[in-house]
Amino acid sequence: MAVDKDKLLQFLLRIGDSTLVLSHRVSEWCGHSPILEEDIALANTALDLIGQSQMWLGYAAEVQGEGKSADDLAFLRDAWDFRNVLLTELPNGDFGRTLLRQFLFDAFQSVLMGRLIKSSDETVAGIAAKASKEVAYHVERSADTVVGLGDGTEESHKRMQQALEYLWPYVGEMFESDEVDAAMAEAGIAPDPASLREEYDALVGRVLAEATLTIPEGKFAHKGGRTGYMHTEHLGHLLAQMQWLQRAYPGCEW
Amino acid sequence: MTQPSVKQVWEWLETIPDPEIPVITIVDLGIIRNVEFDGDTCVVSVTPTYSGCPATSMINMDIETCLRDHGLTKIELKQQISPAWTTDWMSDSARAALEKYGIAPPQPAGGPKRCPRCGGDHLEKLSQFGSTPCKAQWRCQDCLEPFEYFKCI
Ligand SMILES: [Zn+2]
Repeated sequence: MAVDKDKLLQFLLRIGDSTLVLSHRVSEWCGHSPILEEDIALANTALDLIGQSQMWLGYAAEVQGEGKSADDLAFLRDAWDFRNVLLTELPNGDFGRTLLRQFLFDAFQSVLMGRLIKSSDETVAGIAAKASKEVAYHVERSADTVVGLGDGTEESHKRMQQALEYLWPYVGEMFESDEVDAAMAEAGIAPDPASLREEYDALVGRVLAEATLTIPEGKFAHKGGRTGYMHTEHLGHLLAQMQWLQRAYPGCEW
Repeated sequence: MTQPSVKQVWEWLETIPDPEIPVITIVDLGIIRNVEFDGDTCVVSVTPTYSGCPATSMINMDIETCLRDHGLTKIELKQQISPAWTTDWMSDSARAALEKYGIAPPQPAGGPKRCPRCGGDHLEKLSQFGSTPCKAQWRCQDCLEPFEYFKCI
């Protein structure tokens, strides 16, 4: 069944921009992590995420059909054109908050990629199959760290609980559905995000319980990232740093 | 020059070492998925190990250099994502070479079978990631040496 090209493009940007923006955030830790192993692990995670972005945005550019590349999409769009979920653009905070955000995102990715492997769109299924192998490692590691820090010292537990309270209102956006999602679900390209919530809650609930952390009660969800309606003020600063070189020296290569 | 056979091209490719683990070749690693001629253009399909592996562009350059050195001028490199690379495609000789080099080869069980240095089997995981995306860091509790494990994916 033919799917609306613009909707498919939006869908691809939502995944590709989320992994791209999170990749940049995670890369900010390079050289600053508490210990060498963590520094290496974070850099590798950022690398996997950027690799996934290249695939998603590469396909997005192809669907767009304007002769652009993944790099053009990454470096030459403005904040209002980005479709990443707000969770990914939030500042890192401390190491614990970075890893908790990673876990909340990894858990979503692991559920989503598992479904996208069966996508009716061959390219989407191929990218998901590739990404899912990496995501499986990511979620295992971020979950371990969340448990280690949550169920750690009094100080680490306190910080992780604070991080959870800060981040939790950004989780709901990942499960929002709109007409883009409806079109993807109808064409068998991707599941309705709302249908992933149960599996997500089971996984996240299990890990957070083991980490002795309490999920906040409020149902409020910040949104506007994946629709492009309104990003946080943090995205512009992130893009200024990420895009600076290509903006200042257009077409620069090395 | 006359067009070389596909088999000949494979033999040339078999001489290219992995840029990060030089004891195995890129053919051993299983990332060359296909070689064929489209008219007089030699088309080589390559799949990345990990999607963001920085060695990918290096490997592409090495392939191109190698084939040019053997006189080919029309070369096309195709990135093939699907089916996703798996360590199952790694040859047995590559696994043995890895172990000899000090890197524990991938195991379906998800962790190294034995210490590549002393053969001990009291092992502990230090970190899920190593010096490259494809490796994890482990330590042997028998000889107390840390070592890298090539992750099974
Ligand atoms: Zn040993």
